[in-house]
Order: sequence, then C-alpha cells, then structure tokens
Amino acid sequence: MSGKFKVEIISPEQKILNTEASEVTIPSYEGQMGILKDHIPLITFLRPGFISVKNQVESKYFVEEGTVEFSDNSLLILTSSAKDLKNLQKNSINNLLEEAERKIKDENSSDKEKFVLSHKVQSLREIIQ
Amino acid sequence: MPSLDDLKKRIKSVKSTQKITKAMKMVAAAKLRKAQESAEKGRPYSEKMQNIILNLTKSINDTQNAPKLLVGTGEDKKYLCVVLTADRGLCGGFNSNICKLAKSNFKKILSEGKELKIISVGSKGLDQIKREYGNYVIKKFSFKDKKQISFNEADIIGQEIINLFNKNEFDKCILFYNNFKNVITQIPQAQQIIPAEKEQSNDNDEKLVSYEFEPDEDEILEDLLPKNISTQVFKALLENAASEQGSRMTAMDNATRNAGDLVDKLTINYNRSRQASITKELIEIISGAESL
Repeated sequence: MSGKFKVEIISPEQKILNTEASEVTIPSYEGQMGILKDHIPLITFLRPGFISVKNQVESKYFVEEGTVEFSDNSLLILTSSAKDLKNLQKNSINNLLEEAERKIKDENSSDKEKFVLSHKVQSLREIIQ
Repeated sequence: MPSLDDLKKRIKSVKSTQKITKAMKMVAAAKLRKAQESAEKGRPYSEKMQNIILNLTKSINDTQNAPKLLVGTGEDKKYLCVVLTADRGLCGGFNSNICKLAKSNFKKILSEGKELKIISVGSKGLDQIKREYGNYVIKKFSFKDKKQISFNEADIIGQEIINLFNKNEFDKCILFYNNFKNVITQIPQAQQIIPAEKEQSNDNDEKLVSYEFEPDEDEILEDLLPKNISTQVFKALLENAASEQGSRMTAMDNATRNAGDLVDKLTINYNRSRQASITKELIEIISGAESL
C-alpha cells in the first residue's frame, strides 16, 4: 500500500469529511478516476456517481456534481450534494430516480444534460440493488 | 413636577419595554449561535472555491479568449450593485451601515457618469435605498418566509446575476453585505464578484503549480464560474444572517440596559416625591397642632 494523503469533502453548508485515505475513487466527468498519493496536481469536475474513500474501511458517498482539486497531497472535493450512502433513505433514492428518469425523457434536455442524467440514473439503480 | 401617579405609569411602561427588549435579545442570542455556526461552516467552501479560481486564473495566459465572467467585458460603464440587507429592523445600525456604504458607492458611480443598476435583497435595505435611488432598482428579493437560508436561495440570485450578465446588462458586479467578525463588530463590505477580483496574495510568490485539467480548462471554467458566483452570494447571505443576529443582540442588550437605567432614575424620582409629600403632610399636621 502506498502512503496516505488528506481528503476533504466540503459542501456549502458544512464540512462533510476531513480525513486521511490511501485511495480515493471519484466519478470524474470523463470516467472513474482513482487517486493515490503523489498524484500530479489536478482539477476536474464530477458527474453523478460514487466517491469511495479507502482507509482501513471503505466509505462511499453519492454525489451529483462537484469540483475536485488535488495538489500537494491533499484532495479537495467541493460539492453541494454529497450524501453518505449509509444515511441515504430508500424513499429519497426512488424520488431522485423518478425525477431523473422523467427529465431524461424530456425533449428539451440537451445532450450534455442527458449524459449527466444517464449516469445519475445508473448510479441510483446501483444503490437500490 | 409630575405627580406620583404619572411617575408610576412611566416606570411601568419602561419596565414592559425592557421586558420586550430582553426577550428579543435572548431570541437573537439563540439564533446567533446557529447563524454563526453556519457562517463559519460555510467559509471553507467559498474560500477553497476562490482558491481554485485563483489558481486557474494564474495558469491562463491568453486573456483575450478567457471566459468573460472571469475577466469581465473589458468595459467599465455599467455597474450592477447587489445590496444584501435584513428583512427585519430593530437590529442597531446593521441595515443603515450597509446602505450607507452602498449609497456612497452609488454616488461615486453616478458622478462618474456610469450606468447604475441595483438588485436589493431584503426589504429593510430597499426601504432606505428607495427614497433616493428607487429608479435604479431593477429587481427585489426577499426571503422573509425562509427560516434558514440554504444554497437554493443564493442560487436564485446567482442565476439572475448571470442572466443579466449574459444579456450584457452590466460590466461590473459588486456585492454589499456585512462581514461577521464577532458579535460586536460587523464590517460592511463591498466585494466585486464580476470580474473576479484578483487578490494579490503577497505571501512568498507561491509556487506556480501547473494543474492537469480534465476535461480541458475552458470547460471547467465554464462550469465553475457560475457556481462561484452563487457561492459568493451564499457566503454573503450567511455572513449577513450572522451579522444581523449579532447586531440585534448588542442593540437589544444596550436597549435593555438603558431601560434599566431609566427605571432606576425614575424610581429615585418617584421615591423623592413620595417622601416630599409625606414630609409636607407632616409639617401641615404639626403646624396645625402647634397653632391650637
């Protein structure tokens, strides 16, 4: 195992997570991305999916959007919608899923929106299973 | 000399005012704790966001093609001022302080022959601005019915600002709000959000990190800049909410104390005139008895 680095997940309302981890996987806009210690400085943004933070135990968060910055061995995730999977209620997942599915069928949505939504639907389905 | 009855009535009325101000102070203190907490919790987000933007700006060499939200329209003619105030009064100089700062800025903008547009958030500030600058107000927001400010509200304002910007309605956008320093001090502040102000950080000329972008820089900026506007508005709203409660608490504390002083003074007066009337009666009785 490689060394550890700092991870922070911050939402406008509060700090959700501030810890160290050995590996973090994020759903970056162009695909899943694993980050280990001494990654090169990076800025990217997120599509809907799961952030998984691996320390001794693995914890997973569902996000809809966000911005990620990695520099000097500290990973910073700014998002307005990170939710700990453990605390997520089944009802709210279903609601989110329905809404996303409705929007995806909407003719007015642009391709970009549809791309984002399809990921949202996919990850929500994953949680339910 | 007011009669005993009059004094009694006054003491009573001052006391009931004192009760009200005391209750308001206590309510403000309870709300302050909550507001302060959320203001402090919200700070890292906006700070880090600003940081990322700054880092991005540094790595942009080609300012000609950079997004307009970041570098501005290149002109300096039309100003949009967003004035954030409270929806309620009785909080000391809170609203007036923001308005004073805003008005002095309005004056300067107008005297330089530039165009002025105002968005007001919160009804109390609007009342003060309306008198002189009513014609310039293009949009009003009020979140009176919201108990707790959430990011959504900030986003509504942020979207409005971006909309106006895209329609080329203004070149520069300035936010006016109170910065919460501590319970006693709140500093009215003007923050320019469009174009993003480059705060020259003079600490050791920072090592310029070259970031890897994914997808490319432009797309990230496109996504990030509107978000940053909302974030800055949100920060301002939170700071404002905390400041409002802090300011109200100190104001009501002062009012309670003043009422206490007044009651003391009136009580002394009351006792003195009571004593005087007793003495007078005694003298009357004694001198009556003596004359017999």
